[in-house]
Amino acid sequence: MADKKNWGVLAEFDTPKDIYHACESIRDEGFKHWDAHTPFPVHGLESAMGLRPSKVPWIVAAGALFGATAGITLQWWSMVVEYPAIIAGKPFFSWPAFVPVTFELSVLFAAFGAVFGMLGVNKLPTFNHPLFTSERFKGHSDDKFYVSIESRDPLFDQRKTKKMLKQLGAVHVEDVVEEED
Amino acid sequence: MSAHANAVDLSDAQAPANSIWKKLPLIFAVIGVAGVALAFVTVGTDTKQFWYSYLTAYMFWLSVGLGGLFFVLIHHATRAGWSTVVRRVAENYMITLPLLGLLALPIVFGGMDDLYHVWVHPAATDLFVQAKTGFLNTDFFTVRVIAYAVIWTALGLYLYLASRKQDVTGDPKLAHGMRRVAPFGLILFALTITFAAVDFMMSLDPHWYSTIFGVVYFGGTFMAIASVLALTGMALQRTGLLKNAITTEHYHDLGKLAFAFMVFWAYVAFSQFMLIWYANIPEETIWFAYRATNGWEIVAGVLTLLHFVVPFFFMMSRHIKRRNLTLAIGAVILLVAHYIDMFWIIQPAMRQHDADPHFSMHIADLLTFIGIGGLVLAVFSWRVSAAPVAPMKDPRLMESLDFENF
Repeated sequence: MADKKNWGVLAEFDTPKDIYHACESIRDEGFKHWDAHTPFPVHGLESAMGLRPSKVPWIVAAGALFGATAGITLQWWSMVVEYPAIIAGKPFFSWPAFVPVTFELSVLFAAFGAVFGMLGVNKLPTFNHPLFTSERFKGHSDDKFYVSIESRDPLFDQRKTKKMLKQLGAVHVEDVVEEED
Repeated sequence: MSAHANAVDLSDAQAPANSIWKKLPLIFAVIGVAGVALAFVTVGTDTKQFWYSYLTAYMFWLSVGLGGLFFVLIHHATRAGWSTVVRRVAENYMITLPLLGLLALPIVFGGMDDLYHVWVHPAATDLFVQAKTGFLNTDFFTVRVIAYAVIWTALGLYLYLASRKQDVTGDPKLAHGMRRVAPFGLILFALTITFAAVDFMMSLDPHWYSTIFGVVYFGGTFMAIASVLALTGMALQRTGLLKNAITTEHYHDLGKLAFAFMVFWAYVAFSQFMLIWYANIPEETIWFAYRATNGWEIVAGVLTLLHFVVPFFFMMSRHIKRRNLTLAIGAVILLVAHYIDMFWIIQPAMRQHDADPHFSMHIADLLTFIGIGGLVLAVFSWRVSAAPVAPMKDPRLMESLDFENF
């Protein structure tokens, strides 16, 4: 028998304008564990939500640096330390010849950083989400705009939060339950 | 969703009667003529020095004119929205191409003996150059340069006049026409910039050849125009034009283009170097050998630093590209690097056959740079003072004003 636990609340809005202003208010209230769900990108919503810049660029930079270091080290070790051979009368450490491999490894690991960093930051793959228990939430891929606030947020109060969302112009507010087995 | 949407005031797109832009055309023209004339005086009997200085400055400013043409062509070919508000600025640089075409004629009718002596008067024993005289001869060279000038002028005039006509009529068919012409214009652009780079710069040492040479010049060209557009946008806004129309978003994108083509230049320039260095065939490596000895190795080092290493790390962050001051610093670094690139490619050819092959600079280098630059900017500021600095009735102007990066 599965336990049911309150995950949070879901508020539905009719227009991008409504959700934009609602997000500004929720941001100013100081909520931390909440999100907005829209069927298309709403310009400026990230600043209305007070989101900080993405961490992904730093992961990409770290990947690129790792790739470059690995590329140079690999070629230096194999061409200078372990298997030194004279090729076309050039020095052992012929750096121009090492640039293509170094460059390609930087790009490869930067791309790994971008793809896997993005997946990690987004906590993907996530196979299910409590919001999918809501029938109305299906509108998020059609013509409705949603804000969800999680119960683990320190400011969360089931009654007060729902009242606040209604006041912000939500056309429908409901509880979202999480099934645990 | 942001505050400025749909409410941009474009009444400041036209320079008012008391604007400094009304005076600048004359000032720049005087500086231009004086610069070239003074350069001619300072070299005395050393006409070779004059023509090498002239060619270096010419290739730099040709980048700005051709860059403007490319920016406008790529804007139409890709049906771009974001760049509409800065397109007129690029068009005003593009319309310097008729002048730049004329400025190529002194090279053809005055500088051939000094610049291209090796293939204008090929030695009977020089089999390398003898084999190339079917292409590299004075008559064919003259025809080619005139053809470049005609093609650049025709493309520039058509795109400029159609865009100006749309200011008045607002007819979207004009935009469609320019979009139809743009892909063919891009093909003509690619062919002419490649052949022009080969004719003007690579043929200085006709023994040497590189198939990617035109692409290297193109990379520097697009980088230069993106930097010039960013700086010009700031200059226009400081003088009271387009104060609300050009936003951080447009500067950010121009910064991204400048950064991208700085890296592209580094990629192709290094590719050119590495293949020649690796194969180590004497007639190919000699070109780099001249440019990596006798003080030129310092120029090459500074070029590597300013054209790649410094701007790569400096301009990578979006915060740098979204602040006017830091973007301007980056753009100036890139333009200085582009001039050094032209200097490093062109000038060693003058000295390599002389008694003294060492690196040196002549006052004529500076004077021709100011001179040709003055003439180009005279045409540019004349167009700024005479017409709106934004395509006023372009169908995608609103999209451009509202543009935001994610």
